[in-house]
Amino acid sequence: MNAPLGSLDRPNSYIGRAVTRPNAKRLLAGRGRYVTDLVLPRMLHAAFLRSPYAHARIVSIDAEAARAMPGVRLVATGADLARLCTPWVGTLDHFKGMKSAPQLPLPVEEVLWSGQAVVAVVADSRAQAEDAAEAVLVEFEELPVVADIDTAREPDADRAAAGIEDNLCFRSRLDTGGIDALFAGAAHVVEEEFHFGRHTAVTLEPRAILADWDASEGKLTVHHATQTPYQFQDLYSRHYGIPEASVRVIAPDIGGSFGMKLHVYHEDMAVVGLSMLCRRPVKYVADRMESFVSDIHARDHRVRARMAVDAEGTILAMDVDDVTAIGAFSTYPRTSAVEGNQVIRLMGAPYRFRNYRAELAVVFQNKVQTSQYRAVGHPVACAVTERLVDLAAARAGLDPATMREKNLIPDDAYPCESPTGYKFEALSHQASLIRLKALMDYDALRAEQAALRTRGIHRGIGIASFVEISNPSPAFYGIGGARISAQDGATLSVTPSGEVRCLISVTEQGQGTETIIGQIVADQFGVAREKVRVITGDTEITPHGGATWACRGAGIGGETALQAARRLRDNVLALAATILQARPGDLDLRDGLVVDALSGAERVSLAEVARIAYFRSDTLPPDARAQLSITHHYAPQGYPFAFTNGIQGCHVELDVDTGLVKVLKHWVVEDCGRIINPLLVDEQVRGGVVQGLGAAFFEECRYDDNGQLTNGSLADYLVPMACEMPDIVVGHIETPTADTALGAKGCGEAGTAAASAAALNAVNDAMAPLGASIAQIPMTPERLLKSLGKI
Amino acid sequence: MKARAFDYARPASIAKALAAFAEADGDASYIAGGQSLVPALALRLQAPARLVDIGHIAELRGIAVEAGWLRLGALTRHVDAHDHPLIAAHAPLLALAAPHVAHPAIRNRGTLGGSVALADPASEFPAMMLAMGAEMEIAGPDGTRRVPADAFFVDLYQTALEPGELLVALHIPVARPEHRCAFDEIARRRGDYALVGCGIRLAMSGDVVEEARIALLSVGPTPVRAHAAEATLTGATLDPDAIRHAQAALMDDLDPVDTPEVPAAMRRHLARVLLGRLLAQIAEAA
Repeated sequence: MNAPLGSLDRPNSYIGRAVTRPNAKRLLAGRGRYVTDLVLPRMLHAAFLRSPYAHARIVSIDAEAARAMPGVRLVATGADLARLCTPWVGTLDHFKGMKSAPQLPLPVEEVLWSGQAVVAVVADSRAQAEDAAEAVLVEFEELPVVADIDTAREPDADRAAAGIEDNLCFRSRLDTGGIDALFAGAAHVVEEEFHFGRHTAVTLEPRAILADWDASEGKLTVHHATQTPYQFQDLYSRHYGIPEASVRVIAPDIGGSFGMKLHVYHEDMAVVGLSMLCRRPVKYVADRMESFVSDIHARDHRVRARMAVDAEGTILAMDVDDVTAIGAFSTYPRTSAVEGNQVIRLMGAPYRFRNYRAELAVVFQNKVQTSQYRAVGHPVACAVTERLVDLAAARAGLDPATMREKNLIPDDAYPCESPTGYKFEALSHQASLIRLKALMDYDALRAEQAALRTRGIHRGIGIASFVEISNPSPAFYGIGGARISAQDGATLSVTPSGEVRCLISVTEQGQGTETIIGQIVADQFGVAREKVRVITGDTEITPHGGATWACRGAGIGGETALQAARRLRDNVLALAATILQARPGDLDLRDGLVVDALSGAERVSLAEVARIAYFRSDTLPPDARAQLSITHHYAPQGYPFAFTNGIQGCHVELDVDTGLVKVLKHWVVEDCGRIINPLLVDEQVRGGVVQGLGAAFFEECRYDDNGQLTNGSLADYLVPMACEMPDIVVGHIETPTADTALGAKGCGEAGTAAASAAALNAVNDAMAPLGASIAQIPMTPERLLKSLGKI
Repeated sequence: MKARAFDYARPASIAKALAAFAEADGDASYIAGGQSLVPALALRLQAPARLVDIGHIAELRGIAVEAGWLRLGALTRHVDAHDHPLIAAHAPLLALAAPHVAHPAIRNRGTLGGSVALADPASEFPAMMLAMGAEMEIAGPDGTRRVPADAFFVDLYQTALEPGELLVALHIPVARPEHRCAFDEIARRRGDYALVGCGIRLAMSGDVVEEARIALLSVGPTPVRAHAAEATLTGATLDPDAIRHAQAALMDDLDPVDTPEVPAAMRRHLARVLLGRLLAQIAEAA
């Protein structure tokens, strides 16, 4: 076991190997168990009456007719649930001055966005519940709608919610000093106003919850399509006053999450209360129309930014003003301020300049709540930075790649710190750029572009460097008072037949968490991968932990698994040494056999050791320690975050008469540290790129002035489809973190972080000879035709 | 969302279908492929008391050529427009448009009759009925009648079909050797409803246009015939000048509405671009 991790010629060497997912066949065979599939005895179904107004007072609710309808078991209002559930406030203590109105499962007096659930109906079937919901009469008195970020911040502005004194949720400023002098003296200053549309996750499986309150033993069991069962165990316990150990949250198979299923949703909290009121299991599955008006949205930023550059093209400073529109309150428990905070802190992160100033305003609106969605803040910071870098390159007369060569943090400059205070252990921007240029055949593409332009074909090439935040320590949420764990836990046991069960707190939403954990355990323990069974997502079975978000599954969950597997292996070898009357240090565990470490000769099988431990302990000496189960926890202790990095390239062709853009090809070079499974990393990167290209060209939640979402269906809200997506080439640089033995940093958000920025630069590159430019995503045909002066 | 409760009839003949509809006192819908109606039911945008499923009526099936007309039973599937040799030979505009209609799963179920009867102005097949000069065969309590496409599409989702009447078949004059056809659309994603689409059938004598039929989709409340553009082309040599004139004249044919995402000016611009490209394509092939 002395060969380094990642070398593939060791026995059971799974770390670094492109193995397939053990759960893929089950899911493809239709044997997945999603919340929607679950049917419990005596189960009821909930439906919700939703507000047609973005802001209104509830004058009266008449549910008499609804209560009398067939199959209806309960009609519950905000007041009914407020008697059971305590309110929550979406703030974090370390965001100084942050405020937000208290929230309840259903509103009592005031609705705050169009689509907010107002009244719950529980019936024998979903159809009956919907029929009855239609029969509930609610009288609303319309209130002024806050739907514009500038008027919202005026001193006498209408307020988005009654419980707040103004519409500013949070404000933050960063300033290293020296900005004004640098801009005044710079050879070139480039500036732009950027607009980033709202979009949403659109998971294949919508939000779903099945709550089962068992009054006989005071126990709540919730089957919940979520990334974070432990967080919800805590929240249901505290807000409904149930002891934590009496709340069980099970996250079964999940059909995608992307951060969207991390947050507290009013319907979900309501369903717990509905089950308590009915004393029966109650299921609620959001349909697609409901998802658009209740799943979190993300982005929605207006950024005014400028960059100062000297005559040679060296970046001197950046100055940024970000205004972001959230909902009428901040999301609980992770808030709606994290994205803005990461936008202003990630600006310019790949570059060497030292002087930076930023201002952030997080503004309440009568719209759907916004919060963390894949690559929180990264695409905004990356697009602003990378577009300004391209603009500056043009001013300085440099090719965009040359501009980056000149300004990226050198690979030998680590450790170092960004002007915004992020501490970088080791990144590989320069190596990544070199690799990207080779993969793209950059110079040949430029030559082809020039030749095609003479024939009226407008192609563009865009590149975008990025830094990604991963593996957050307690400095992320714990310090702010949120009971969201930064550590993970695993329980490993050897079965009597010599197999391994691994119960671990990181969760699976389709990305392959269980696959990589199985690889790590098999690799480090010393058995075939098929002998390891990984179990996730049940607070009654799996140890408490942070679960899967912020790319922490591989880095923190993986290290937990690694350390746990090594401990269990030591226990097995100690016991085997007792049995064999040998020294543990002379033994090793390889492919399910205890072997002589030096010669590799078999001494005894793992199955035999287990058999003796479980069934013939009488043959062991009295002081033998047959500990074939261990529980192990691991929390990051070195750097506050493990940053990853990379660079993306995008090649597009713009039809200047129609405003349609064809993405010809996309490239990513990323450095996620130790790669556990290249197949899954590539899939993660490609999936992330597709979401980024979706943001760049298609996805946008559009609102009118009355706060009405005008495209809340999959006919009108366009997600990227296979036909429009290019081939995505993925290359890797591996710079493992020295903070862990595993060295993995995470890769879930890398694709999304920079894809829209690369696309924005590519489209602008295509338009540049026509004197046109765009600084808004999505880049719709309408916006492009306007930029081109065609309409 | 779940559809509201409805009752369901599955008649075996046109006569029985008309009767089943009449029994519901006007609160009924015919259903065939269900590709538009079922989502509308699920969203509760429509909630008829009765669905009359015409999917099992043999009289509504069949693809045949009779006396210079291609007869397509109303239950002819979109996939047939895509694949059927008689349609490719005699109604090439349908075959050209079919790949742009949604996606294979929808084309396998959706029917031409359903698409034309719904008359979604963003759909390809209704506009192609205009471009081909098709006639609709309609059955009602008083017997059957034939309505030319030019008189069939009345207003948004409104056609010459009276409540309870049933579209039986589409009759399309078979393509002649001198016909030159082109279809394309501009859509943000393949298979989406188009921002604008256009089908053209020109009768050519050499490079001179003898007759022009041009129909557009997604440019108004109904599929739209481009009469002004057709007039400039008729008798003209199909050259860049004629194409430019047709593009200019097209602006008189169109009066699309403004929407936040697609301003009227953008639809007009795109229609102009598309017409120019399609005419150039025909000219180039000639």
